[in-house]
Amino acid sequence: MIEVRGLTVRFGGVTSLQDVTVSFARGTCGLIGPNGAGKTTFFNVLSGFVRPSAGSVRAFDTDLLRLAHFRRARWGLRRTFQTEQAIEELSVYDNVAMIHEHSRLSAGSRRRDVLEAIAFVGLDLDPRARVATLGAGQRRLVELARAVVGRPRLVLLDEPAAGLPDEETRHLREVILQIPSHAGALVILVDHDMSLVRACCETTAVLDFGRLIASGPTEEVLRDEQVIRAYLGTEELAA
Amino acid sequence: MESVGLSTSARERWRAHRLDASALLRAGAVGVLLLFVLLALPQLLSLYYIDAMTQVAVYAVVALGLGVLIGRVGLVSLGQTAVLAIGAWVSARLLFATSLPFPVVLLASGVITMVLGTVVGLPALRMRGLYLALITLMLAGAITVVLATVNFPNGGHGFLGYNGNFVHIPSIRRPAIAASDPAFFRYAVVVAAVMFALVLAHVRSRPGRAWAAIRQSEPAALAAGINVTLYKLWAFALASFITGVAGGVLAAAVRHLYSIDFPTQDSITLLAVVLMGGAYSLWGAVIAALLLEFLPALLNNWGVSADWLTIVFGVGVLQVLTTAPRGLAEQVPRDLARLWRLVAGRGRHRPAVGGGAR
Repeated sequence: MIEVRGLTVRFGGVTSLQDVTVSFARGTCGLIGPNGAGKTTFFNVLSGFVRPSAGSVRAFDTDLLRLAHFRRARWGLRRTFQTEQAIEELSVYDNVAMIHEHSRLSAGSRRRDVLEAIAFVGLDLDPRARVATLGAGQRRLVELARAVVGRPRLVLLDEPAAGLPDEETRHLREVILQIPSHAGALVILVDHDMSLVRACCETTAVLDFGRLIASGPTEEVLRDEQVIRAYLGTEELAA
Repeated sequence: MESVGLSTSARERWRAHRLDASALLRAGAVGVLLLFVLLALPQLLSLYYIDAMTQVAVYAVVALGLGVLIGRVGLVSLGQTAVLAIGAWVSARLLFATSLPFPVVLLASGVITMVLGTVVGLPALRMRGLYLALITLMLAGAITVVLATVNFPNGGHGFLGYNGNFVHIPSIRRPAIAASDPAFFRYAVVVAAVMFALVLAHVRSRPGRAWAAIRQSEPAALAAGINVTLYKLWAFALASFITGVAGGVLAAAVRHLYSIDFPTQDSITLLAVVLMGGAYSLWGAVIAALLLEFLPALLNNWGVSADWLTIVFGVGVLQVLTTAPRGLAEQVPRDLARLWRLVAGRGRHRPAVGGGAR
């Protein structure tokens, strides 16, 4: 359970998030909105890259904002980035093991946990392969393996399907769907692919110009007049 | 635990090549090369070149330290010659003032230099790129100025250990087992090998992975739970430690130290040769040291002014940056392999193409 209260972020004169109060209960939750709505800023607050000017975030009874950013991974926060950030220089194995060794997990179970995470996301390759030799879809999966290794509590996925062909998006959907039951983590998914959001998320919150304009069961939210005007409608027009 | 999709084979693939034959072969080749350098090289070379190779051993370690900073973590330091000078100063002082065993002095100067060098690295926590390079260069300049004032210890008394009135300046002592130049060359190579092993142990393990993450993206490193501040300082500490040890070896190698031997611009030349050799590779550090110390000795012996090297290095850096960002350590084996394929391929095809008449 993540409870966000009165979250406000200002960069100079720009207000990226304005008094956002929202909660994410369990399973996979969607977070959608037009570009510049503040979705990534919201993730950056949770991961500690951005300090909010007001508000609080309680995550499973922990005051998340009081933890130093690098300690949040140890606490169980994992995230992927809009532009995929698997470390090119390292092998697939080392990419995933890196998260494990900076968590408070025993080194004895590391090899098993890491290989299990790689298998879970369906990466069918030698774990010693350098990430630099992989394609975009496989790199996304490496990032996902990093997100599920160990004992994550909160997984933030920032447009995981961006730029992937349909087939790989389908595979990604299968993986994302299983994260809550497999890893026992709460997942927050940001994406512009509404079919992905529909398939994965029971509940969804919508941001527009830094304000929360709707939240609730995904189907209801996607039928909401205001949401269609602010976000979905524009997409249809563009299409 | 079940998995998505087809793959459960990651584990089997991991088991499949646990014994990596090529890694064993490489380790064996390094061992043979090391034995050759230790046993055969001093017999083959004149004293002049043995001294030059001792310098190569020292500067290979200095280049390795800069390679860790630039290649592994992405931090440009232009202060490494000053750090080397600190190491040399500290060990000279200890060697004159105490009768501690030589390895203990090396260790002590490594540790003291590590503390001071990490201070040089403090700006790196806030800065990168050009600004970090500038700040470290200014700090190196400051250290050079201080050294020019206090001078290197020459057996005098007091904290600084300098006496300007000496007529016969005593030499810095060497370990008893390595008093002659060839013996000290072997000693320097062994020390360098230990420093390379120390760095290898770092880059192959937790700090190496953390550095790779920091170099590519600090946000990604933070999201992986890496304490970026700690690991950046760790890199500076490691680089300063090995450079300090190298300073100790240098002090005993030359036996008389003068502050003009550590000009600030040497740090820039060092950066150039490290880029040419390959900052990411351990071999690159050896190549860098050969370029920096052996090549000038060779040119001097041939009667060519070593000043020409400034131009050669300039062209060399340009060449490497445009055609092989990972330096000669990667480019030379790659091009040799390509050449070999070309030659071997042509050999096979010759009868068909040339009719076998030529």
